[in-house]
Amino acid sequence: MISWRAIAAATLLAAAPALVAGEIPSDARRSGYTFMGPDTRAMQDDDTANPGMLFVLDGEALWAKKTGSAEKACADCHGDARGSMKGVAARYPAFDKALARPVTLDQRINLCRANHQQASPLPYESRDLLALSAFVAHQSRGVAITAGDDPELKPFLAQGRDLFMQREGQLNLACTNCHDDNFDRRLAGAPITQAQPTGYPLYRLEWQTLGSLERRLRSCMSGVRAQAYDYGAPELVALELYLMSRARGLPMETPAVRP
Amino acid sequence: MASAPLHIAALIAAGLVLACGALACGARADELVPYKIIGDTIPQSLTDSPGDPARGRALVLARTTTCILCHSGPFPEVRFQGDLAPDLKGTGNWWSAGQLRLRLVDASRFNPKTIMPSYYRNDGLVRVGRNFADKPILSAAEIEDIVAFLATLRD
Ligand code: HEC
Ligand code: HEC
Repeated sequence: MISWRAIAAATLLAAAPALVAGEIPSDARRSGYTFMGPDTRAMQDDDTANPGMLFVLDGEALWAKKTGSAEKACADCHGDARGSMKGVAARYPAFDKALARPVTLDQRINLCRANHQQASPLPYESRDLLALSAFVAHQSRGVAITAGDDPELKPFLAQGRDLFMQREGQLNLACTNCHDDNFDRRLAGAPITQAQPTGYPLYRLEWQTLGSLERRLRSCMSGVRAQAYDYGAPELVALELYLMSRARGLPMETPAVRP
Repeated sequence: MASAPLHIAALIAAGLVLACGALACGARADELVPYKIIGDTIPQSLTDSPGDPARGRALVLARTTTCILCHSGPFPEVRFQGDLAPDLKGTGNWWSAGQLRLRLVDASRFNPKTIMPSYYRNDGLVRVGRNFADKPILSAAEIEDIVAFLATLRD
């Protein structure tokens, strides 16, 4: 048991970029799940109580539905998502050769719509886009996050890290001030987590709906009274990429539930 | 059940953003009142008159002022207080009004790495939200009210 864990840890360390000061070592990384109360955990754990599962079911229907002028369904190209999509979300955002930049899972879905289905893009935070990405990411539930491996991602990871460390907004706070230095403390009574992006898109009780990681990042930015980046902005993608690589090794939870 | 965290989770998303409600946004985009730092203090009132401790108390407790997101204090009526920063009880025992004033105006003068925001500053900040651009977090009068209140916190 001990040696198994040591090996797992050693492999992770070998694969991961060297830790930078202030970052959370891999064996201390904790999902937001571990900061929640028993009721919210129970809601996430029970598929019949987890409201995110309704979106996953919708996504499953959309997966098989022919759309766009190509009259093709996702399933026509990718077959059974249970096999073809397993582990995919765990390595997103991923480098897109044609665009020469990383794209998020949401952006990949819209690229498939444009290029293969000849369908219009689904708006960010629309029910259909959330449902499809929840369905795809759900196929990775339990799979360890590996995003950020591709050497071509290096400059984008560095940009994301810089943004994470950058103080901003009228309150002049950086992500790292709360999520590296003060997790486990309380902001007006609310536990501050490590900001591990393991469960997205996820159901937030405060939102009363499913939401993307970008939505969450934009709330934290508005929280410090900074101008939030627009959905899909390269800065948000870079931050997402950095967060996913910072969560390397943690299992995916989609659809998670958070307070 | 989840109602406590649920209620507060809104704070970072919405609470802070609503900051320009009735209480907290006295300041316009005007010039800041000039002030003089002597040692670790700003000895002179920013408004040339003493603040009102009762208004200061209300300000400190208002979530939009942001103090109790991080601090706790002798405020039994406030359910959710932060623990990112020292408890404010007894503040008046060890800090003079001049020290408190500088601490609120620009805490980074005491500790360049502090997470406590500078409440009376409008430059050197990055990507300030449209609604907050060029304004200090608090007005000079609000700073004075809070200083007056903190000075009464003795035990
Ligand atoms: C003043 C404190 C503070 C700052 C600064 C801050 N956050 Fe947060 N963040 C929170 C709180 C409180 C929550 C809600 C509870 C939680 O999930 O941590 C949260 C939630 C999150 C989550 C969701 C975690 C989960 O389990 O779903 C992510 C991701 C996140 N923040 C990323 C960021 C990023 C990126 C930045 C900088 C752009 C940032 N935060 C800045 C306080 C902060
Ligand atoms: C984002 C977190 C944060 C916010 C918001 C904040 N503070 Fe602080 N404050 C701190 C920290 C941390 C310290 C400890 C010393 C330091 O780091 O500068 C501190 C120190 C202080 C001290 C000195 C206390 C002592 O005993 O050392 C006072 C007084 C104070 N704050 C008052 C306030 C008031 C009043 C407000 C609101 C107008 C406020 N703070 C808002 C984080 C914060």
